[in-house]
Amino acid sequence: MIANKLIVTASPHVKSVDSTPRIMWTVAASLVPVIAASAFFFGISALLVIFAATLGALLTERLLGRPLSLRDGSAMITGLLLGLCLPPGIPMWMAFLGGAFGIGFGKVIWGGLGQNGFNPALIGRAFLQTAFPVAITTWPKPGGNFFALKGDLFAFPFMHPVSDVVTSATPLGLFKFEKLPTPLLDLVLGTTGGSVGETSAIIIILCGVFLAWKGYLNWRSPVSIVVTVFLLGGLLHLINPAKAPDALFMVFSGGLMLGAVYMATDMVTVPTTNKGRWVFGIGTGVLVVVIRVYGGLPEGVMYAILIMNAFTPLINNFTQPAVFGTRTLKEAK
Amino acid sequence: MAFFGFAHGVHPPEEKELTSGLPIRRMPFPDELVLPLRQHAGKPATLCVKVGDKVERGDPIGLADGFMSVPIHASAAGTVTAIDWWPHPDGTMAQAVHIAVDKYAPQVPRPRLVPRWEGLTVDEVVKAVQSAGVVGLGGAAFPTHVKLAPPKDFTVHTLIVNGAECEPYLTSDHRTMVEYPERVHFGCRIMMHTLGVKKAVIGVEKNKPDAIAALERTKPKDLDITIMPLTVKYPQGAEKMLIQSVTGVEVPSGKLPVSVGVVVQNVGSLAAVAEVFDTGLPLIERIVTVTGHGLRRPANLIVPVGTKLKDLLTYCDGITADAAEVIIGGPMMGLSQANLEAPVIKGTTGVVVLASHETRGETVYPCIHCGRCLDACPVFLNPSWLGDLARVKRYDDMAEFHLADCMLCGSCSYVCPSNIPLSQLFQASKVMLRRAQQAGAA
Repeated sequence: MIANKLIVTASPHVKSVDSTPRIMWTVAASLVPVIAASAFFFGISALLVIFAATLGALLTERLLGRPLSLRDGSAMITGLLLGLCLPPGIPMWMAFLGGAFGIGFGKVIWGGLGQNGFNPALIGRAFLQTAFPVAITTWPKPGGNFFALKGDLFAFPFMHPVSDVVTSATPLGLFKFEKLPTPLLDLVLGTTGGSVGETSAIIIILCGVFLAWKGYLNWRSPVSIVVTVFLLGGLLHLINPAKAPDALFMVFSGGLMLGAVYMATDMVTVPTTNKGRWVFGIGTGVLVVVIRVYGGLPEGVMYAILIMNAFTPLINNFTQPAVFGTRTLKEAK
Repeated sequence: MAFFGFAHGVHPPEEKELTSGLPIRRMPFPDELVLPLRQHAGKPATLCVKVGDKVERGDPIGLADGFMSVPIHASAAGTVTAIDWWPHPDGTMAQAVHIAVDKYAPQVPRPRLVPRWEGLTVDEVVKAVQSAGVVGLGGAAFPTHVKLAPPKDFTVHTLIVNGAECEPYLTSDHRTMVEYPERVHFGCRIMMHTLGVKKAVIGVEKNKPDAIAALERTKPKDLDITIMPLTVKYPQGAEKMLIQSVTGVEVPSGKLPVSVGVVVQNVGSLAAVAEVFDTGLPLIERIVTVTGHGLRRPANLIVPVGTKLKDLLTYCDGITADAAEVIIGGPMMGLSQANLEAPVIKGTTGVVVLASHETRGETVYPCIHCGRCLDACPVFLNPSWLGDLARVKRYDDMAEFHLADCMLCGSCSYVCPSNIPLSQLFQASKVMLRRAQQAGAA
């Protein structure tokens, strides 16, 4: 009997097969259809933007992060998501910088994976929004030749990008500033102007359903966001159709689906408790509608999620589960 | 009776098919037995033999030290060869009596050491159960007679029998119910009489239909015994979970089951009580599931208490080249063994030999607050939060977040994708907290 090769560990001695890298890489892999759709609509420009943002995120994680932290796959998700919420014509160096900023200031500085308070991809995008307000709101028209660049993607850093591409406003911008509606079918399929990945709602929903089925995504926050936006948007539309678009338009336009499915489900920055996830989702939905209808910006998903991220510790505090053997006592009182 | 069920819990692979169809067989006596004096919860037994003494099968070698203690008996005839400190399955050393088994002794039944049950008063039954050394055979080894004599200011209305056996791999209770259902019912009769209850419920997980059928077939006509199929879910066999599944009542936090009028006994303990009164021999052997993908020949065996692990594993043709970890008990709450000289004791439900691919990896990732542990915890704690507190040694804060309610079932560690040893952290924190309280009191 060979006893000296036996190990001794604390119980439990077995473990479920799911691991953090497995969850992260599966989420990253589930973005492939979304990326493919954006390549279909915006051609090679979409891929170049995603590539630049991801490169920025990965390099920063490698340089500043903990040893081997690239393996857990979370920097990959951050990079891909950032790329997906940028316009397809943005210069690549800006996308790269956004990825680097998102990981550096959105994650590493907090202590790495699991410690950050705000979604790193959205931190990167918020930085770009502040630093390059024009570039990040220049929306090229979808379609056209696959290899045709949608903007001055290869502009040198800090040079003024020259852009002679046909631009179009996003459906939300069109409604807000020109009071023009967009057909619902275009919104669902994604044949509208907008960020790289916020165009095809149907593909994002399918990816989200897949992740929820695998158990890698908690459905409570995305569902509560969509329902809240639908109900509140519908209510405001009934009160004042000129100011607020109809509920379906609200749900399927802009970055709502991408944000709800992929960013409001980032386990690190949303509440841990299921009750808290409902609160988070409802809060995000309300903020999205308020910013879109009453704010100066046409789109509010990014700020809505970032603001709710700030409330996450507070929500956690107030939604702690009641311990076994204390609940019935409370009911009896 | 309706099935209520408990919320949360996990579904580890059952792996019971390795042994669930194998009949219980008797293992031959090994050459040497090692009997620790501490085999039960409560005070260890006090030594009553010396080196060189000849003992018969069933003779006491350690006497009960007060009410919260039980005696230890020789599980085979032989000679006491040494009394020393020996590896205990819980990882410590314990005072133990070594007996060289007399190969030519008949090892046959002898004049009764335990009286017949018929005509005994309640107190006499409790005393007989104690003197027979019967403890809970579900793993915790809590003295059975203590549970049979609940404090007088509580009324007990139901006896709940735990036949859930929710730990993966283990089948000793399963085989007991399939092969000795009469014994289970006889034990149930004795306990119902002693507790003065009219109603008993035997809870069995639905993955043991043959056990449920056997118990139904042999159910005595004159007793109100219900056999209740339970959802297959870990930890269904945890005392408070089982009570909720059977009665729908939550045992209040920090209270004993008797506070809601129930007493829970393991099905193996019932069979042991029945056997003790039947044969007149004290508890000197038990049914052990020896199994795992790292073992050559899994089996359900009647093993003399005190058999060393190495003898037991050798009898099962030894461990495979792939074997990585030997566990006493099940893989969720069992104890990993560092020394195969450690003996099988009364609380040993099984010996599981895990193959290397089944063991936990060493890489631990940061907590990503996915919340899976919250969905797994059967007592509704926040293991993620408690784990963060444990790592910065804030034990007092952990107490405020109900660390005392944690029963170390391991569900949180099982589901944690970051492989954080939550259960281990909580166990250590409980010890640190107790030490701090003792230091504060002193």
